[in-house]
Amino acid sequence: MTLRKPPLRDAHAERGATFTEFGGWDMPVEFDSIRTEHAAVREAAGVFDVSHMGEIEVVGPDATALLQRLTTDDVSALSPGDAQYAGITREDGVLLDDTVVYRLPDEERPAGGAGADAGDDGSVPAYLFVPNAGNDGRMHERWVDHREEWGLDCEVRNVTGERAMFAVQGPDAPGLVADAVDDGGPDVLDLPPFSATHAPVAGADCWVARTGYTGEDGFEIVCLWDAAGTVWELFAADATPCGLGARDTLRVEHGFLLSGQDFHPEDEPRTPYEADIGSVVDLDAEFVGRDALATQREAGVEETFAGIELLDRGVPRHGYDVTDEDGHVVGTVTSGTMSPTLEKPIALGYLPTELTDPGTQLHVVVRGQRKRAKVAPVPFE
Amino acid sequence: MSFEVPDDLHYRESHEWIDPESGRVGITDFAQDELGDVVFVELPGEGDALEAGGELGVIESIKAVSDLYAPVSGEVTAVNEALFDAPELVNEDPFGEGWMVEVEFADAASDDLLSADEYAEQIE
Repeated sequence: MTLRKPPLRDAHAERGATFTEFGGWDMPVEFDSIRTEHAAVREAAGVFDVSHMGEIEVVGPDATALLQRLTTDDVSALSPGDAQYAGITREDGVLLDDTVVYRLPDEERPAGGAGADAGDDGSVPAYLFVPNAGNDGRMHERWVDHREEWGLDCEVRNVTGERAMFAVQGPDAPGLVADAVDDGGPDVLDLPPFSATHAPVAGADCWVARTGYTGEDGFEIVCLWDAAGTVWELFAADATPCGLGARDTLRVEHGFLLSGQDFHPEDEPRTPYEADIGSVVDLDAEFVGRDALATQREAGVEETFAGIELLDRGVPRHGYDVTDEDGHVVGTVTSGTMSPTLEKPIALGYLPTELTDPGTQLHVVVRGQRKRAKVAPVPFE
Repeated sequence: MSFEVPDDLHYRESHEWIDPESGRVGITDFAQDELGDVVFVELPGEGDALEAGGELGVIESIKAVSDLYAPVSGEVTAVNEALFDAPELVNEDPFGEGWMVEVEFADAASDDLLSADEYAEQIE
């Protein structure tokens, strides 16, 4: 299989990056060292090429209805410029992916097609949603299938191959992004978290969103593939270029889920309640999986996603068993690392709900050896 | 990128070095760079017997877990316990403070070991 390449793959290689396959993409895992990149994001600013993330636009009179049907939160609550983190669930409530839904400015619709949500001036709602790497094809297909099934009127465009995406993250990131916006553009410092705007950066029209995956303040910036080099260089001049290695250690410290690893429809089937993102499930909305989730919410979940801190030396990794004090296997590590910030081994995984109180004593089995561990609150501290 | 390959050491293809004078063993500059940030080292205890090509321990970086192999047969006479608290020494000084164990051995001229020139050629 040929790996998909982000637009700046060769430029990253020239900068000395090492690469890894992720979600079918050939992505930089490390530019300098995971430790220094991680520290840059916590203490100053880092810039990540996240062009492997999917980008799908949904535009038309029924765009809101379609997204409402396929994501777990209340899409109708979004105004242009709002962003919303949500799950994408199947009929049994199991997560297929998680995503951020952005409501874009309304679009003009030239002729006819007045649907439920068409404004008086003929404008129609437009959205961008961001599936995880490698899921764009499947999600595009899912959106199209459901549009057909429900006879909805909207376009669904997979623009993943036409868009670059960069994340500028860290305490210094907001200032850098504000400075990068061309004269006459909006002041992005006015954007609250989970909101976004179009803004010109180095002459390129960018979608600038106050979102991220590091636990730090910062922005995610979407631009056309052709503008990728100019926009990247602008940020890479002041922010530390970071790879997916640091992206992973940063998100684990904050307990953020990684689709495909912390949940996966076949290998680790989990619902939003089990994955501890029940806050982005709106049971008053009508979406695929809603009924199963309503039932589960009523009954309670047997297992819940939780943070685990090792007290002995060792590095917890994906797939390692977690045991109770008596040595019975009670769960599995889905993500784990040595935390660069806290300098201690941390892990995420599913545990019986009754064992998820912080401080509960556990063991993680590292190469056959039981290492003492305890449940820890996330973000880890 | 060029890596340090001290002339006076012997090397295993799997990137461990041994100093034939002192019996100290560690991993090479090339290996530490490949691994990235080292966060954990598991080593044998003093008095443990090693077999050439057999298990020496485990080294973990943030991104990977790798086995370590003994370059010679012999007995472990010292362990660099500083690595347990500061595994990053392996990155910072792989041929110095990042050493792992000292081994008392009978025969370092095992067929498996490479000279500095041969090892340098291997990692070119």
